[in-house]
Amino acid sequence: MAVTSYVISGHVVEEDLELSLTELSQTCCVDAEWLLVLVEEGIIEPLETGNQPRFSGLCIQRVRTVQRLQQDLGVNLSGAALTLSLLEEINALRARLAALEPGSD
Amino acid sequence: MPIRASTIQGISLEFKDYYQLMGIERSASQDEIKRAYRKLARKFHPDVSKEPNAEARFKELGEAYEVLKDVEKRAAYDQLGKNWKSGQDFHPPPDWNQGTEFHGGGSTGADSAQFSDFFESLFGGDYAGHSQSRNPQFRQRRGQRGEDTHAKVLIDLEDAYHGATRTISLHHTELGPDGRPKVIDRKLNVKIPKGVHQGQHIRLPGQGGAGVGQGKAGDLYLEVEFRPHTFYRVERRDVYLDLPVTPWEAALGASVSVPTPSGRIELKIPPGSVSGRKMRLKARGIPGSPPGDLYTVLQMVLPPANTDEAKALYREMEQKLAFNPRAALGVS
Repeated sequence: MAVTSYVISGHVVEEDLELSLTELSQTCCVDAEWLLVLVEEGIIEPLETGNQPRFSGLCIQRVRTVQRLQQDLGVNLSGAALTLSLLEEINALRARLAALEPGSD
Repeated sequence: MPIRASTIQGISLEFKDYYQLMGIERSASQDEIKRAYRKLARKFHPDVSKEPNAEARFKELGEAYEVLKDVEKRAAYDQLGKNWKSGQDFHPPPDWNQGTEFHGGGSTGADSAQFSDFFESLFGGDYAGHSQSRNPQFRQRRGQRGEDTHAKVLIDLEDAYHGATRTISLHHTELGPDGRPKVIDRKLNVKIPKGVHQGQHIRLPGQGGAGVGQGKAGDLYLEVEFRPHTFYRVERRDVYLDLPVTPWEAALGASVSVPTPSGRIELKIPPGSVSGRKMRLKARGIPGSPPGDLYTVLQMVLPPANTDEAKALYREMEQKLAFNPRAALGVS
């Protein structure tokens, strides 16, 4: 079994990571043009607009989820966007429920 | 795409009943198959589903649909006959689909690299990867970058307060020198950054799947999950603690000791507090910018009336306090 003795550190994707359009497209293995379509649709939002948009690491998850929903379930872009925001809301509600109900998960 | 089953002769395989997997009759029409797939795909899609085995089910489903949606593949599969039962040892007859030509018209976008050995024995390994390249969203490059991989890391709430180093065990499947897949185990020591919370991801560059040719290795994403705590509950960066108090502490006010993940503190309970009162301890949640808060929720606990003295005290309260908690309901 391969065991490393050194300690690897990484970044918290949702907090520390900021990516350029190119980096985001490489990370998600999609075309930058398609990412711009997602920006138009309001699915991902640049941190600041301009010539060199920067994206929060949160966008990685969103891009991948939309991609999977489109591929696997055949939903169109606005359907995927709606599903995404509903999923995020459900997850937030689940987290709140878990925090409020003792002994629940 | 003519296919040969002979290449994997001798390997023991389990027969997969694709009809059973999709919950349909062997006589189902192509429309029925499509409907069944759509319905089950929504139910088991890993992004949407909370079923514990969603990912495995979704993969099986994709494989079943890949075969059954295609009339040519379905006919070839049906030729194998009804004699096979799910899970049975399976050896494809050497000439089982001789003369059948497949046109490889898949469009589920299912990741065919993940299909079972059973699928590969029938439809060949060449098939793998085709669906990806057909999708215009994917860029194809010479020297392809390795796949990003995902795993969960279970940590304690205290680790998020102070940071920690955790050893995680991972295993993945690689093609061995003999061309057969084998499972590789490895352990990684990972630094858990202070301030991380449930559902966030730690990205470890270059720790994912190996690249092809000149391609770089992919990244490993670790999803953070908290081990359930005996008395703290967590929502994002906020931490909740049920704090038991006596009736006199709540009524008269008190200073009580409270454990927090960052150490014990003294909490002032204002006079006239009621059960369920939430008190916020600013910035004592999980650290970050902004840091989370710690909420203590007062839980009034009554001393048991299990001695004569305790009973007498309760009776004295009953007589001297003349208190009706149900006044607002119009009853006494």
